[in-house]
Amino acid sequence: MSVDRTTVAKIAKLARIRVPEENLDGLAGELNNILGWIEQLSELDTDGVEPMTSVVAMIPPQREDTVTDGGRPEDVVRNAPESVGGYFVVPKVIE
Amino acid sequence: MPPLNEQTLSAARDGLAKGDFNAVELTQAHIAAVEAARPLNAFVTETPERALAMAVESDKRRSAGQAGMLEGIPLAIKDLFCTEGVLTTAGSHILDGFQPPYESTVTANLWNQGAVMLGKANMDEFAMGSSNMTSFYGAVENPWRRSGDNRPLVPGGSSGGSAAVVAARGALAATGTDTGGSIRQPASFCGIVGLKPTYGRCSRWGTVAFASSLDQPGPLTRTVRDAALMLRAMAGHDAKDSTSVDRPVPDYEAALTGDIRGLKVGIPKEYRVDGMAAEIDTLWQQGIDWLRQAGAEPVEISLPHTRYALPTYYIVAPAEASSNLARYDGVRFGLRVPGNTLDEMYEATRGEGFGAEVQRRVLIGTYVLSAGYYDAYYNKARQVRTLIANDFSKAFENVDVVLTPTTPSAAFAVGEKMDDPIAMYLNDVFTVPASLAGLPAISVPAGLSGDGLPLGLHLIGRAFDEETVLKAAGVLEEAAQFTAEPGFIAGRG
Repeated sequence: MSVDRTTVAKIAKLARIRVPEENLDGLAGELNNILGWIEQLSELDTDGVEPMTSVVAMIPPQREDTVTDGGRPEDVVRNAPESVGGYFVVPKVIE
Repeated sequence: MPPLNEQTLSAARDGLAKGDFNAVELTQAHIAAVEAARPLNAFVTETPERALAMAVESDKRRSAGQAGMLEGIPLAIKDLFCTEGVLTTAGSHILDGFQPPYESTVTANLWNQGAVMLGKANMDEFAMGSSNMTSFYGAVENPWRRSGDNRPLVPGGSSGGSAAVVAARGALAATGTDTGGSIRQPASFCGIVGLKPTYGRCSRWGTVAFASSLDQPGPLTRTVRDAALMLRAMAGHDAKDSTSVDRPVPDYEAALTGDIRGLKVGIPKEYRVDGMAAEIDTLWQQGIDWLRQAGAEPVEISLPHTRYALPTYYIVAPAEASSNLARYDGVRFGLRVPGNTLDEMYEATRGEGFGAEVQRRVLIGTYVLSAGYYDAYYNKARQVRTLIANDFSKAFENVDVVLTPTTPSAAFAVGEKMDDPIAMYLNDVFTVPASLAGLPAISVPAGLSGDGLPLGLHLIGRAFDEETVLKAAGVLEEAAQFTAEPGFIAGRG
């Protein structure tokens, strides 16, 4: 499987990263090198092997469904590039 | 007595307890050392005022008979740990100006035990790198140089600032995080001790996430005893991290008995990789001999899926990273680059805010998780990860600990290996398997390369058996008598 500049542009769009046109071919080359290298996993027979979900066997902890934190709107927006009255401000999304 | 910043952490602890000096004096010596170490670029942010204020409080607690385990001990904190009200960057442009309104659990544990913060240590951007070259805040220099060669060397990564400053005697110890070798490889490159605990031993809460199924905080120190002290203070159950394990934290220092008689040490034949420098192989053999002389029994073992660990890692880690890094969108914190629409704003912010290596990994991660490739790459990698973990489980039926080299080479020059990502990834060939299996592992400085650079030996243990890892590491340390010092030591003329 190999990626071309169109695929790189599509992945970049999915990842919401602006990649300048002139970098697409270079990135395609780099990604192909990495993908070609990880391709070696396909030589392993993994039929019937359970995919790992948790590296340490444990029962997920449970707790009461109660509020443990909150009521600090000023802390939540304190680091925002732009906020007004406890809200995050973003470019307009509806016409 | 050596200068206050040149003692070990445990010696400083004892000196403080005896009243030979107080926390303010110790901290002042370290603030001066941090300043003297500026040519290394090991810090993103120095916090001298906070350090002094913490030291004053520490001395008060000690006088009141309330000394913690690390009372008055000055530390460097990797800039991946959120510190309340103190700039936290993860080495990235995209976190510009971020001052967390909360404290990470690991750093909170350290402050609760009386430790003092000297500042936030430089690192590879989002912990993605093995050289510290990917930091937005510039490369960190290794305090070591090759003999007869004045070119600056990398400290390793991603915890490069942490390793460099501890090696240069600018801090008694530092925190790091290890995803595929980010504590152990820089420790090896800088001639110090680096310990990656079992996954789940230290809380990840408040630590900027890279690959959540692999990330684990741990200490970088100048001795094995210091690593034991740091781990005890850092570790512990945390309800805020659902993968943090609820089991008691042992007194790791008590495990350092030096008695490894009868210990079975696995020597994995698959770690004799092609192209490994002869001096690495020689050092490994030396390590085997040291442990045998101390009464341990070396046993050849097989970890058959070792060669698949790196490619597995470079699917799993980028996949998790692409998901974790989705939160950097210019809305809630950090950098915002304007755009006409919300999507344009996201794309502009992430295009400018992420460096080349981070972009590469997010793109790889996005690709292997995308429709049509999920099974071929991501699920396949999770299956191979199971096989790698099973290799270790099987080996640990017959041995107590595994000995390998930490890295396939000594530190390289600044700028080398930058044009080939895979050459850079190969640095972690010996450290990644233990990460994928979630096991505790340590790097101990054990010798010098032909050109005078430190080389580490690497011990891997059973899950939650840091005590055996530390005990065996203590024996290696004692046998190696690694007294060589880097060319650059903070505060020496």
